[in-house]
Amino acid sequence: MIQGMIFDINKYSIHDGPGIRTTIFFKGCPGSCRWCHNPESLSPSVEILYRKDRCIECGGCLKACPNKALSITEQGVLTDSSRCRVCGKCVSACPSEARELVGRTVIVDELMDEIEKDILFYDESGGGVTISGGEPLIQPEFLIALLKKCRERNIHTTVDTMGYADPETLCRVAEYTDLFLFDIKHMDSEKHVECVGVPNKIILSNLRMLLENGYAVKVRIPVIPGINDDPENIERMGKFIVSLPAIGGVSILPYHDTATKKYIQFGIDYRMKEIKNSSSMSAEEVAEQLAKYGLDVKIGT
Amino acid sequence: MNDRIEYLRKESYEAPVTLSTERAELITEFYKENYGKYPVPVMRALALKYLCENKTIYIGKYELIVGERGPFPKAVSTYPELTCHSVGDLEILNSREKTRYSVSNEAIKVYEDKIIPYWRGRTMRDRIFSDLSDEWKESYTAGIFTEFMEQRAPGHTTLDGKFYSKGLYDFKEDIYESLEGLDFKNDPDAMSKQAQLKGMVIACDAAIIFAERHADLAKNMASRESNPRRKKELKIIASNCHRVPAHAPGNFWEALQMYWFMHLGTITELNGWDAMNPGHLDRYFYPFYKQDLENKKLARDEAMELLECFWIKFNNHPAPPKVGITDAESGTYNDFTNINIGGVLQDGSDGVNELSYLMLEVMDEIHLLQPQGNIQLSRKNPDRFLKAACRVIRKGYGYPSIFNADTVIEQMIRTGKTVEDAREGGTSGCVETGAFGKEAYILTGYLNTPKILETTLNNGVDPIKGKKIGIETGDPGGFKSFDELFEAFKLQLHHFVEIKMKGNQYIERMYAEHVPAVFLSVLVDDCISKGKDYNDGGPRYNTNYIQCVGIGTITDSLSAIKKWVFEEGCIKMNELLEALRSDFEGKEPLRLMLINKTPRYGNDDDYVDSIMQQVFNALYDEIDGRPNTKEGKYHIVMLPTTCHIYFGSVMGASADGRKAKMPVSEGISPVQGADRNGPTAVIKSAGKMDHIKTGGTLLNMKLMPGILDGEDGISKLAKLVRTYFRYDAHHVQFNVIDALTLRKAQEKPEEYRALIVRVAGYSDYFCDIGKDLQNEIISRTLQGEL
Repeated sequence: MIQGMIFDINKYSIHDGPGIRTTIFFKGCPGSCRWCHNPESLSPSVEILYRKDRCIECGGCLKACPNKALSITEQGVLTDSSRCRVCGKCVSACPSEARELVGRTVIVDELMDEIEKDILFYDESGGGVTISGGEPLIQPEFLIALLKKCRERNIHTTVDTMGYADPETLCRVAEYTDLFLFDIKHMDSEKHVECVGVPNKIILSNLRMLLENGYAVKVRIPVIPGINDDPENIERMGKFIVSLPAIGGVSILPYHDTATKKYIQFGIDYRMKEIKNSSSMSAEEVAEQLAKYGLDVKIGT
Repeated sequence: MNDRIEYLRKESYEAPVTLSTERAELITEFYKENYGKYPVPVMRALALKYLCENKTIYIGKYELIVGERGPFPKAVSTYPELTCHSVGDLEILNSREKTRYSVSNEAIKVYEDKIIPYWRGRTMRDRIFSDLSDEWKESYTAGIFTEFMEQRAPGHTTLDGKFYSKGLYDFKEDIYESLEGLDFKNDPDAMSKQAQLKGMVIACDAAIIFAERHADLAKNMASRESNPRRKKELKIIASNCHRVPAHAPGNFWEALQMYWFMHLGTITELNGWDAMNPGHLDRYFYPFYKQDLENKKLARDEAMELLECFWIKFNNHPAPPKVGITDAESGTYNDFTNINIGGVLQDGSDGVNELSYLMLEVMDEIHLLQPQGNIQLSRKNPDRFLKAACRVIRKGYGYPSIFNADTVIEQMIRTGKTVEDAREGGTSGCVETGAFGKEAYILTGYLNTPKILETTLNNGVDPIKGKKIGIETGDPGGFKSFDELFEAFKLQLHHFVEIKMKGNQYIERMYAEHVPAVFLSVLVDDCISKGKDYNDGGPRYNTNYIQCVGIGTITDSLSAIKKWVFEEGCIKMNELLEALRSDFEGKEPLRLMLINKTPRYGNDDDYVDSIMQQVFNALYDEIDGRPNTKEGKYHIVMLPTTCHIYFGSVMGASADGRKAKMPVSEGISPVQGADRNGPTAVIKSAGKMDHIKTGGTLLNMKLMPGILDGEDGISKLAKLVRTYFRYDAHHVQFNVIDALTLRKAQEKPEEYRALIVRVAGYSDYFCDIGKDLQNEIISRTLQGEL
């Protein structure tokens, strides 16, 4: 049975495709966007999250740990990563939910049971399932198996992707996907490497390929202050998008710093801290500039 | 909003709530002089007539719809024949922090000198408490159940459309016909029927006299008025009051005034619960609206202005002052008038019309505490109607609430109404289902289901008072299985329901005998043809409800015990009970484990949702179908008002990790904060309850404003509601407000006086409700705060 690694399932998801949806978050991503809202999605393996603010220092986790990897210090419970085997026993023992296991392996049938629970909401609203992440395309076989099953059950599917994948794989996925939400982050490849961690060439050509083959795609542009909101980049985006075959609309996703708390909880350095006040254009201005290319631009969905 | 509406709205909003002794003085004078001279219904009708002949008549500056119960707006009447407030009560009312009623020294003097000396020992309240059994009193004071009729009369009804085509003179004809048909030779009840019917005639006259006095005053004011526009308005008011309620209304303005006199008549006669509900106003008023528009006698904005004047009148009438447990279970100025919009017509077709939309606009503009508004949403109603309601909901006043018209109809058909009567029915008060204009559907009291579990876990003893109030169902430490525990719970439930029921039947007869609602009986079918009172089985349908509270708390508690004690075995029963007794003192990890690791209701988890169904079925099996004394039956509703705060306050800690004295869950909502999988999971869990078998359920959801952004947010909220209703769900209402705003309002109430929030089946000013309830509302899980 093919297995996948996910880290969350979100019900009543209303900003990731049509209608009311269930969003499945795949774990693992080839990119490393500086503004990433889901830092827990980056690594493809299971991690243990610790929230000091919830910890009551009862010591339950220390007793439960078979590898003696934990100790109570001034900073709360510390994990010796050389000893931790991520078995999750400390998480089960934690009463206050200060410890959380991020990431779990699942099989398609298990996910389908969860997805089917909200079937009437999809029926009523024209919704369905969105697969997001992380990056869904790094688990292509599992992704395809899940998409096939959804198609069998007549459930609308959306894949939310950064498009950084082998074109052949993407084509196989596209065959079972009803809609792509495809991110464009920067037109300049060097800057793309700088802020996303990978070059953009294959991403842009994959987008063109999907559209040329008649697949439904909505382009999404996260507008990140000081990173991709300069008029020159937006102009290049506009020109590139109009050069593509007809797309199903462009969405502008304004930046917000709600992820800060997560970074603190994960103890990861948030690389957006210092630049958030350096925006050159607002989301509205970006939308306006893009609309000049005759594009149907919406903000926030 | 034009200047007139702005003025009237502000006046109503700012008027202090005061206690008026006028009604108490008049009724005392009348009783002193007349008690014992007439059959009871005739005496009650004459008492109403005496009130109508002698009370102060008030016509406010700029008003277009006239009439007040008290001598001026927000001056609240008292009903000493039911509850005679003591000086201590009046002092509490005057000084308490929340829902205060300003009581003057003169008023206290009047009570001391005139009211209390006559009524003490004679009131319904005094007699109920002296007559009922000790076991009833013990359960009552332990907080197992409450009693709705200890301070207020049975009300809970809704008027229908009949008096828009018939005036009181026409009703009198019907009454005379019924009188003529009395069969003194063969019918042993003919004498009591005659008294009832004679009373009804007098009650009609009383209302007509009351209206005529308004006509006289308006005419008088018109003659002295210098402003020609106002002069003209006063003349029309005089003519309206001369015409209605004596005759059927002839135009839109008169139709509004007609309802208002009916409303005042019923709330002057008695202090029935839920004041009075007008029913499907959009459909009753529509023919007048259409006709006046077609004849160019009325423009849309004039209709809106009249409706707004009408709306404001409700807000001038805070609930009669409640004290003691009745105040605890229903601590609000809101008197629960709830206007229905939408639904289906008697023939089953879509009932939404232009006025439905206009009324949503009125609600949006006026947004005062009262009246409540709701939409009855049928699958036959268009989405644009639902979306128009969602746009008002987005503003955050907590209304309109949304009811599933199709389920409401099915509930009524299940309980024996004809299809036509069911379609003309709807919901009133908070969430109660009833056949409008044809049914007495009486709420009789709340039942504290988690407290019954607590008593079970203590083998029949109330651990708070240390007193045995239940029966011995076994030492829980000896229970071998969850089923054994549940069987013991069912035995305790049966025990307490029996006690409640005996009390109910007794009180029901007391009202039937001593306090008939003669005027209300004129307006509810088939009191006239039966010659019987509203309080004595006169209506076509006679339903009693028991409101079950805390389904979330009891479900999660049982889930915890089932999982940790009986399945996993990691907690011993006695260890758990000890922790509960000590309020988890020194056992915080255990408490958090119970909160965080127990499968909990509200997450679409069949493990625990099936326990909810098990509890629900136990309540249904125990209560539904029991007979009342009026050839009607008992059913259950799942509704809390503010009783979940009171019920929590009489309890120790519970197995779901709830600390002692904290509120229990409200309505059928999950325990505050227990739902962690978003609104669809809450809806799925709540949808597993069999709503058709109830007379109403209440689901509260709190949404972050951002979730409703744009037309897309509105449309998705609408779809969320539609999906809930595909599970035959009864009702849902939304608080659209973020927790931060509520916390700020707690800190600086003076800046947030106008902030309205949804409490249970009604909205209230956030700053007017108790701190416990404020905290409880803040702790309800906010959907969208991710």
